Amino acid sequence: MRKFKEFIIEKLILICGSASIFFVALIFVFLLKEGLSLFKTVRLGAFLFGKSWYPISEPAELGILPLILGSLLVTAGAAVISVPIGVGCAVYIAEIAPGKVKEVLKGGIELLAAIPSVVLGFIGMVTLVPWVKNIFHLPTGLTALSGSIMLAFMAMPTIVSIAEDALYSVPRSYKEGAFALGATHWQTIWRVLLPAASSGILAAVMLGIGRVIGETMAVMMITGNSAVIPHTILAPVRTLTATVAAEMGEAVVGSEHYFALFAVGIVLFVISFAINVTADLFLHRERR
Amino acid sequence: MRKFGIENLNIWFGKVQALKGVSLAIEANEILSIIGPSNSGKTTFLRMLHRLNELEQNFRMSGSVLMDALDVRSVDLELLRKKIGIIFALPLPLPLSIFDNVSFGPRMHGIRARKRLTDIAEQSLKQAYIWDEVKDRLHESAFKLSGGQQQRLCIARTLATGPEVILFDEPCSGLDPVSTARVEETMLELKKDYTIVLVTNNVKQAARVGDRTAFFLSGELVELDTTDKIFTAPSNKRTDDYIRGKFG
Repeated sequence: MRKFKEFIIEKLILICGSASIFFVALIFVFLLKEGLSLFKTVRLGAFLFGKSWYPISEPAELGILPLILGSLLVTAGAAVISVPIGVGCAVYIAEIAPGKVKEVLKGGIELLAAIPSVVLGFIGMVTLVPWVKNIFHLPTGLTALSGSIMLAFMAMPTIVSIAEDALYSVPRSYKEGAFALGATHWQTIWRVLLPAASSGILAAVMLGIGRVIGETMAVMMITGNSAVIPHTILAPVRTLTATVAAEMGEAVVGSEHYFALFAVGIVLFVISFAINVTADLFLHRERR
Repeated sequence: MRKFGIENLNIWFGKVQALKGVSLAIEANEILSIIGPSNSGKTTFLRMLHRLNELEQNFRMSGSVLMDALDVRSVDLELLRKKIGIIFALPLPLPLSIFDNVSFGPRMHGIRARKRLTDIAEQSLKQAYIWDEVKDRLHESAFKLSGGQQQRLCIARTLATGPEVILFDEPCSGLDPVSTARVEETMLELKKDYTIVLVTNNVKQAARVGDRTAFFLSGELVELDTTDKIFTAPSNKRTDDYIRGKFG
C-alpha cells in the first residue's frame, strides 16, 4: 500500500514537472505554425526589412523594420538609463549602505518591481509625457525617450537585485586582501569587486534588457504608436510588442495580417531567447 | 627600538569580549610569535594592529595601540595599511594575474610607470623566494599556482607595498611541510628588514622562528618572554600545560 502511494505521488510530480515543458512546446508549435504560414505569401526578407507596415491597406504592406527599430531604440534608451543607475545602486546596497538603509533600499526596489506596468504607463502618460513635450518643444511627448525612461524603471529592479547578488557572492577574502594592501574602499570596489562580479553583473544587465524588450503595456501607452522608422529618440515609435497587442483583436483570423502578427511573435521569441541564453552563459561562465 | 606599544587593550564584538586588558610591546626587527588555542584572541589582536576588526559592525574597543608612538586610530587608514602588511591563513590571491597581484598595492598607492612596477614586482617576488618559479608565467592567473606558491605570492604582494611590519595570521595552516619550511625560511630572511608578528596554531613553528613568544588564553595575555624561556622554563603553569599539549 505504501509502495503504491509512493508510485502515485511520484507520477503526479512527474506530470507537474513535465507540464511546464509541454505547454512551452505547445505554445512554440502553435506560434510557429501560424507565423510560418505568412511566408507562403510574403518573402522573409520583405517581412524583416520592409520599410512600411500598413497591414490593412490594399495590398497590405507587412514590413516590420520600423517595429524592430522602435523596439531596439526604446530598449537601448532604457539600457543607457537603467544600467549605470542600477549597477550603481547595487554597489551602494552591497558595499556602502549601512544596515538600516540597506533594508529600506532593498524593500523599495522590490516595491518598484511590484508596480503593474499599466500603472507605470499611465503615470508616465500624465507626468513624463507633458514634461518631455515641454522640455524639447515637441509636437507630442509620446516618444521613444518617454518609453525608455519608464522602461528603465521596470528594468531597474531586475538589474539591481541580480547585480547585488553577484557582488555579495564575491568572496570576502578579495575585499580583505585588497584592504590589506592599502587600497581604499573605492579602489577595492572598482579594481577588485566589480571585475570579480562582472559575469553576474552582465547577466543582470541582459535580464534587465530582456524584461524591457518584452514589455508591452507601458510602451503602448507612451511611445506614440506610430509605425515609422524613427530618426531620433525624440520621435514617436511603435514596438513589436505593442503592435501585436494593439492589432491582434482586429485582425481577421486566417488573414495575412493575422499570420504576420504571429510572425512578429516569433521574432520577439527569438530575441528574448537569445538574450536569455546570453545571460545564462554569463551566469555560468567559469572563472578563469 | 620599540615598534608597537599596546596598553590595556580591550576588544568586544557585541557582548563577547575577545581581548581583556592586553598590554605588551613589540620591538623593531624581531619576530614575535603569538600562540594559544582557538578563541584565545590572538587573531583579533593581530587584526587590531591592522585595523581590520573595524570591518565588523559591532566592534568596540578601549585602551591604546601605538605604532612608532602614534595611535593607529589617528593615522590615515590607507597609510597605516601600507606600512603594515598582513598575510592571511589561507593564501588569497586576487582574481588577477600573478604580475597584477604583486603590482596591485603599488598601483593603488599611485605608482603608474610600467618600468617601476615591473622592478617592484621582480624585487618582491625574489624576496619572497618565488621569482624562479613564476618568472616565465607572470601573466597567468594567480589561481594556477599551488597553495604554497600562492602563499609566497601573497607575501610578495605585501612586500611590494613597502611595509615596515608584516603580520602573519597562521600563514602555514593550509600548507604541506615542505611549503611550510619555505615560508618559515622566508620569514627568517625578512626579519633583517621588517618587524614580524606571527600568529600560529603550530607551537613548534613558534619555537622555530620566534625571537619572543606570547601565550594568549581566553583573551588574556598569559605570558610573554623569549622563545627559549617560554619553551624550556615558562613561569606560568598554564603556558607549560599548553606547550606540552595538555589542552588546546
